[in-house]
Amino acid sequence: MDLTILAILVQDGVTNGAVYALLALALVLVFTVTRVIWVPAGEFVVYGTLTLADLQLGKPPGTIRLLIGIAVVAGAMEIFDLARRGELARSPWPVLRWTGIPVAIGAIAWWLATPDLPFWAQVLVTLALVTALGPLLYRVAYQPLADASVLVLLIVSVAVHFALTGLGLWFFGAEGSRTPPFSGASIEVSGITISVQSLLVVATSIALIAALGLFFGRTLYGKALRATALNRIGARLCGVAPDFAGALTFTLGALLCAFSGILVGPIATIYYDSGFLVSLKGFVGAIIGGLVSYPLAAAGALLVGLLEAFASFWASGFKEVIVFTLIIPVLLWRSLSTRHHEEEEE
Amino acid sequence: MPTLPFGAWGYVAFVAVLIGVPLAAPPFWITLGNYIGLYSIVALGLVLLTGVAGQTSFGQAAFVGIGAYTTAILATRFGWSPWANLVVGLVLTLALALCLGFVTLRMRGHYLPLATIAWGESLFFLFGNLEFLGGHTGLTGIPALDLFGFELKEERFYYFLIWGIAIAALWATANLLDSRPGRAIRALRGQLEMAEAFGVDAARLKIVVFVYAALLASISGWLYAHLQRFVNPTPFSLPQGIEYLFMAVIGGAGSVWGAVIGATLITVAKQVLQDWLPILLGRSGNFEMVVFGVLMVIVLQRAREGVWPWVAHWLPERPPAPVPDAPPLPARDHAPSPGPLLEVRKARKQFGGLVAVNDLSFAIPPGEILGLIGPNGAGKTTMFNLISGALPLSAGDIVFRGASIAGSKPYEIARRGIGRTFQHVRLVPRMTVLDNVALGAYLRGEAGVLRAALRLDRVEERRSRAEAARAIARVGLADARGVPAGSLALGKQRIVEIARALASDPVLLLLDEPAAGLRFLEKQELATLLRQLRVEGMTVLLVEHDMDFVMGLADRLVVMDFGEKLAEGAPADIQRNPVVLEAYLGGV
Repeated sequence: MDLTILAILVQDGVTNGAVYALLALALVLVFTVTRVIWVPAGEFVVYGTLTLADLQLGKPPGTIRLLIGIAVVAGAMEIFDLARRGELARSPWPVLRWTGIPVAIGAIAWWLATPDLPFWAQVLVTLALVTALGPLLYRVAYQPLADASVLVLLIVSVAVHFALTGLGLWFFGAEGSRTPPFSGASIEVSGITISVQSLLVVATSIALIAALGLFFGRTLYGKALRATALNRIGARLCGVAPDFAGALTFTLGALLCAFSGILVGPIATIYYDSGFLVSLKGFVGAIIGGLVSYPLAAAGALLVGLLEAFASFWASGFKEVIVFTLIIPVLLWRSLSTRHHEEEEE
Repeated sequence: MPTLPFGAWGYVAFVAVLIGVPLAAPPFWITLGNYIGLYSIVALGLVLLTGVAGQTSFGQAAFVGIGAYTTAILATRFGWSPWANLVVGLVLTLALALCLGFVTLRMRGHYLPLATIAWGESLFFLFGNLEFLGGHTGLTGIPALDLFGFELKEERFYYFLIWGIAIAALWATANLLDSRPGRAIRALRGQLEMAEAFGVDAARLKIVVFVYAALLASISGWLYAHLQRFVNPTPFSLPQGIEYLFMAVIGGAGSVWGAVIGATLITVAKQVLQDWLPILLGRSGNFEMVVFGVLMVIVLQRAREGVWPWVAHWLPERPPAPVPDAPPLPARDHAPSPGPLLEVRKARKQFGGLVAVNDLSFAIPPGEILGLIGPNGAGKTTMFNLISGALPLSAGDIVFRGASIAGSKPYEIARRGIGRTFQHVRLVPRMTVLDNVALGAYLRGEAGVLRAALRLDRVEERRSRAEAARAIARVGLADARGVPAGSLALGKQRIVEIARALASDPVLLLLDEPAAGLRFLEKQELATLLRQLRVEGMTVLLVEHDMDFVMGLADRLVVMDFGEKLAEGAPADIQRNPVVLEAYLGGV
């Protein structure tokens, strides 16, 4: 292996790692606040890519129908809950919030989805559609089980992953999609070619991580989420409603995943069922951080990206095996380094 | 009409359907029946692992694959007998499950399922990428099974082999759940600390359950390979592993029958959906996964126990099993040793800079009820945990019957004859009172998983149950023997905890705030019970907050405050002691 190949592999690895890092952050965020191990995060990445790909073809993406479908279910569940508590007559606002806003987003996206929509607007529409799915999914699948054990929530996650993969096939079809790069240019630094696309991916990831840092450090909502992550009951007593914290967390998580999807689109061909492998790689990163540490999770995701790049060079057929087998020593290391012993009641 | 015992009609119907299918049904039904049998065997392992022991695996399909690929390779490349391959496959599965279990089962609950996802996926890619395993196209030409010179080529005959093994597995698993190790496995979910205090090696037992489930999966894979006579990686992929878990959860992971119900429902539903969904949606694809996913979410939100409780509701209620009298389990020597039964010598416990117990010394002579009292935060519970072994001593010594127990593990202390209760009741709510109490006698038996599964433990099991029944009668709860412990009122649950401690044949009984949260009448009943135990020769250490309760009961009191001994003596003297009054009432 010469220096050029090494440089290419490192560049590939860091670029992929930057995308996995966003995903790993989303996973840590969702786990710490809601205790949900968010397996379907990968489907959100996939929806991000495929939505953008549909928009580039100038057709309304399948995400719109999915969004409206889940919004109707969420609205119905909200009505049912309100009726059971006898509060139905009091306010139409919850139903408007859960059904009206997503349907409005879907309608606007439908109206905008024409072949002459500029690229930046396509990105914005994609972000809006995929992000809106996050809180809806929380409302429909997770909120009724918010007090269940981590294990039950994990099984729900896997079930949701199953459903979203099948829905992806339905709405986007079995063909893979690749979105065009933001930039085809490349620059040369001391004999090594670096594509501007890679730089953009890494820069976007860093910018998002910084924005996330500001959100958690400087804003009231960010602090409320941090408080919930540290002490659920305490935060609740201070007025942070758990349902609100959950919905907000899933909104942020979905936003991060949608970004990952847009960034990964030009790097890899994405199929309706690619999400699982992508989210597993994010998980390997997140688990390196013990599912609680953001910097360790990001570093772990970078490591996964590099490992994958080098593995695909030496033993391309085995690159998934190598990446997933990595999790076993990581788990061993975590099992030896954590003494925490938790008893979970059913 | 002859009257059959409980559930016998259900079993008759089950067997009639089982035998009727291959005799009367079209071949398609037999194929379906074969797959239901294969899946039931895997789902059964998950019932034990997930539903009972509270651990989850999405990777069972990989173990199925190991069983299938082992026999495929050995039979096609080396011409080995399938029966030898079964053994090799089981050994390989055992080795792999031991390694994986050892690494992941020690971790917090959710790491195991995540790890199973990772290695489930890895093994799938390995099956697909290794040349000698046939790659993604797979291996063909696997020979048919040979049973006593009779080749099981026809599905109709193979059906009986599959269901014979499935029923044997159901029988063994049901036996296991109703036994000494079974009670311990049922306590693993949520009551780990309690189980360990009664001598259960929880880490080892978790691995045993994990291996048991993996071995069942491996057997199913072996059967699959010789049924299909062809293997490729797809049936051993992660989505199939997830479907196995769905079967267990939807069927009802709390009962062995849930495995069969779940396997049947999912297999039939999949068949129907694969026929109809493409027509409805106008395109082909695995759309049944949307239905299964949504169905799972609804089951978890609305009916966490799955379909089984609904089916069980239609079956006649099982009368509580009689408990025939049996000779007692081996008992310890209760003859008093010279000197005090328990002696605490300058016990000290520091948490960082906080001294919770400060060089405390006291002794309990045999046959006495000693009350350890003090205001909130005095260090009583810390002192209790030092004696029971839940916390290690920072300094000092604790001597029980002439030997030091400082630094011993809780179960070693239990083995020496100290029985305990918990401040917050720690019963397995879904187990009957009898089973809960029998768990207390865990250390007095020795039946293991294999003996229990093959029902070779019945002599000892009868003795354990009789022992538990005697302990329950001793505390006056004989009427409640057959009901789930979780259905009792708190006061009764506390009494069950005492019965459980008694079942361990203790010399000394440690009671941690037994009167907390009890109503007046319940307290009186508890006091009567403890007096009666004293008459029978039991020694009791009572950590208590409730002054009235202790004053009327204890022979002697030790008063603690700020980790130190404030006073010691007869209740009447303590009541007049100005230092004690100062501590409790803040001056007179």
